[in-house]
Amino acid sequence: MDDRTPGIRPRQSLWRRLDLAARHGFPALSTIVLLLVATAPLGLPGQAQLQQALTLCAVYFWSLFRPVAMSAPVVFVIGTLADLLGLEPVGVSVFVLLAAHGMALRWRRPLVRQQDGERQGLLAMWAAFVPVALFAAAATWALTSLILFTLLPPAPVLFQFVFSVALDSAYSGLFTYAHRGVANPESA
Amino acid sequence: MRQALARLMLPLLMAASFGMMLLFKADLLLAEQARTSLGDVLAPIYSVIAPPLMRVRAGVGEVVDLWNMQDELVRLREENATLRRWQAVAMALDAENAALKANLHWVPDAAPSFVTARVIDDAGGLYARAVLLAIGPTVSGGKGAGAPGAGGSVSKGQIALDAQGLVGRVSEVGARSARVLLITDLNSRFPVVLERTGVHALLVGTNTSRPRLMYWPEGSPPVEGERVVTSAEANAFPAGLPVGVVHYNASHMPEVQPFARLDRLEIVRVFDYGLRGLLAPEAPADKAGDRPAMGRR
Repeated sequence: MDDRTPGIRPRQSLWRRLDLAARHGFPALSTIVLLLVATAPLGLPGQAQLQQALTLCAVYFWSLFRPVAMSAPVVFVIGTLADLLGLEPVGVSVFVLLAAHGMALRWRRPLVRQQDGERQGLLAMWAAFVPVALFAAAATWALTSLILFTLLPPAPVLFQFVFSVALDSAYSGLFTYAHRGVANPESA
Repeated sequence: MRQALARLMLPLLMAASFGMMLLFKADLLLAEQARTSLGDVLAPIYSVIAPPLMRVRAGVGEVVDLWNMQDELVRLREENATLRRWQAVAMALDAENAALKANLHWVPDAAPSFVTARVIDDAGGLYARAVLLAIGPTVSGGKGAGAPGAGGSVSKGQIALDAQGLVGRVSEVGARSARVLLITDLNSRFPVVLERTGVHALLVGTNTSRPRLMYWPEGSPPVEGERVVTSAEANAFPAGLPVGVVHYNASHMPEVQPFARLDRLEIVRVFDYGLRGLLAPEAPADKAGDRPAMGRR
């Protein structure tokens, strides 16, 4: 791609380019597909919370491990999509997801170094997710209340907080393989 | 230079998200148009992914059904016995009604036209209750056969019912999709009649599974277990559509348990009663401002 660094690298064939593009696009695309599936009428209890929690976990996870693929503009697009799919005030999810992205970027270095080293890194990552989810729930509640100019009951966002913390461990457990395998540009 | 730009990107986009909140708060039509066009784009995609998901859901449902079969059977037998008794009553009443109508030169109500549409998306959120319907000719299987002469067109303010009762009203219509605001949404409020006492009241959505009854006349509180039907007041609904039954919650507030299975809607019928009395329901953002004036005593 760039010729500034010397070294041997494979020829830029069409397949290799496609492969690279797919690996770069995987975080954003998988998040969007999960978001669409989560909004389908599955009749699950707490599906609204699932949808919010899923995007939050995805943005946090990929911001930690693939900040290039899950960049701020990508987060912006995902947030807009999530807001427009639901009936909530547009812009709230965008802000919350961007904030989660920012927090993940800030804590990225210590967390990821630990992750590469040992297994307990996953636990540290999860612990670091708790304040992110707490902030997301609080911000969602506060901003929605402010925009609708009504004091909304905090129960749904509290449930969402618990739900996203629980979901995050499952999500990172599952997508750790993806991030090492199919979504890794270095193994293209 | 490039790094500085990347560092600036996040604060800039965060500011943009606040701008979006303000913009969509100020211009409600824009939010509606954006949602409608997104719904139109996604409707074909949803129509493709819906059948396999439905199959999964049906499979899960079957397992649950098998589990509950014995209880269900007992319940159904009891219900059947009750229904047989009521059937006799209904037939007698029907005959009497026909005889009375014949004597009164009764002008029958016009049969409303309707379209049947598949629910393709749970379009609510943490603080909203709505579903997205697939309508229009581009979606195969999305539109069933309507009544003879049905135009097949869905428009704002039309009324959605499932097999059991009232679901909600159409709030946005696009080329391939339409959004139905459920009766449980925070912004849904419409006049109802309590069937036994004939008392009028307002049914107000609270985002929970049961909307709340409000503004009944003093001295005649709703009775537990009473049937609630729509009222023709304010000319938004035809009279007598089944809504649900009265249920007092733990804090002694009268609520209505809807007949419609709002948590698992699959197919709804959208009726055109030709009523234009009330403004169509709007997206939640307009809460603070103009709430449509409802018929009250």
